[in-house]
Amino acid sequence: MAIDEVVLLDFWSSPFGLRARITLAEKGIKYEYKEEDLRNKSSLLLEMNPVHKKIPVLIHNGKSICESLNIVQYIDEVWNDRSPLLPSDPYQRAQARFWADYVFPAQKKLAFATKEEKESAEKEFLDALKLLEEQLGDKDYFGGDKFDFVDIAFAPYYSFFKIYEIVGNFKMEEEFPKICAWAKRCMQKESVSMSLPDSQKVLGFFMEMRKNFLGTE
Amino acid sequence: MGSKDVKVLNFWVSPFGKRVEWALKLKGVEYEYIEEDISNKSNLLLELNPVYKKVPVLVHGNKAIAESFVILEYIDETWKQYPLMPHDPYERAHARFWATSAQQKLGKEGSWTALIKSGEEKEKALNTASEVLEKLEEEIKGKKFFGGDNIGYLDIALGWISYIIPIWEEVGSIQIIDRLKFPAINEWMTNFLNHPVVKDSLPPRDKALDYYHLSVKKHTPN
Repeated sequence: MAIDEVVLLDFWSSPFGLRARITLAEKGIKYEYKEEDLRNKSSLLLEMNPVHKKIPVLIHNGKSICESLNIVQYIDEVWNDRSPLLPSDPYQRAQARFWADYVFPAQKKLAFATKEEKESAEKEFLDALKLLEEQLGDKDYFGGDKFDFVDIAFAPYYSFFKIYEIVGNFKMEEEFPKICAWAKRCMQKESVSMSLPDSQKVLGFFMEMRKNFLGTE
Repeated sequence: MGSKDVKVLNFWVSPFGKRVEWALKLKGVEYEYIEEDISNKSNLLLELNPVYKKVPVLVHGNKAIAESFVILEYIDETWKQYPLMPHDPYERAHARFWATSAQQKLGKEGSWTALIKSGEEKEKALNTASEVLEKLEEEIKGKKFFGGDNIGYLDIALGWISYIIPIWEEVGSIQIIDRLKFPAINEWMTNFLNHPVVKDSLPPRDKALDYYHLSVKKHTPN
């Protein structure tokens, strides 16, 4: 049997890349991780994702798969003998795909909001998270008893919770207790805890990026 | 499954909703069509799609599904006749990629932006569109449809190109698809438009032209 060659082109703090990393870990797939310098993209990246030139890119036996949720679904379909990540019922699958996509344009707006934009960006973000908190309800995971597709889509943003609190003006635990409990539950999973970068490191990196972008603290 | 069981909420000119209708027609699934006035959204729409409040929405029994690409996969997984998605996982990932990328880069960033902007922005948008078209030309070469001999998921996802882009070209007096530079795409557009399921499903051209003339005016800064 031929050995699978799996390579992931990624950037250490990218939540999109993290979705791929968590998925590979969930399935126990061995792969080569290649860190991209996004200010100096490799010729491999440009060749494997000529349309968007973005990470993550999964390269499986020489063929490239782009867009994080595409990668998650692809991995689930190829390595379908273990840890299914999507439910088997078509309606549940549709719901999972719908919610995975919902996560999370609002957070980008908040993260980079100028003083003028801040109020409306914060409101939009809080509304989005309220919806997710409702969606989670009293379940252990978005997938119910199982950690699956929507959980994977959203778990990487745990590294950003502190950033939301600083940029916005609220406490995640107070506003969204269920999501915070869910996040802690996810961190108990090896596939998540071993994949997520240190949140202090992410905070430092992000605040620097934000300072450069906005020209302010 | 009878027609009472399946409903489609759509707006007559929306390319997103057309996808849903094409998929159901190809599979021979009867449905009830409900027209939405998106400038005056009904309580039904707000109830069925509270998150985005947009069409299309597919109603199947007591279930509501929103977002056209999510709906397409739901339709394909629920009604097994005339499979739309490719079987191979790589081909599936590839189709999903092009469905969303073409909508974003050829549609929004490319064609629509070229329509409502001018000068340098217009040029840049037309180039973005052209870059995507180059890749799609490679994809379709040697095939009648993206799905092979028959229409598949990607044809349905990209079908808007065949009737919306020519309309936008007329509205904006611009050329988005160079028919000589992209002969394979040109041929695919003709084949797609001639398909029995597509042919009689399109919105009236003059009505669509009026609609987009107005839409462009609204979006063009004065």
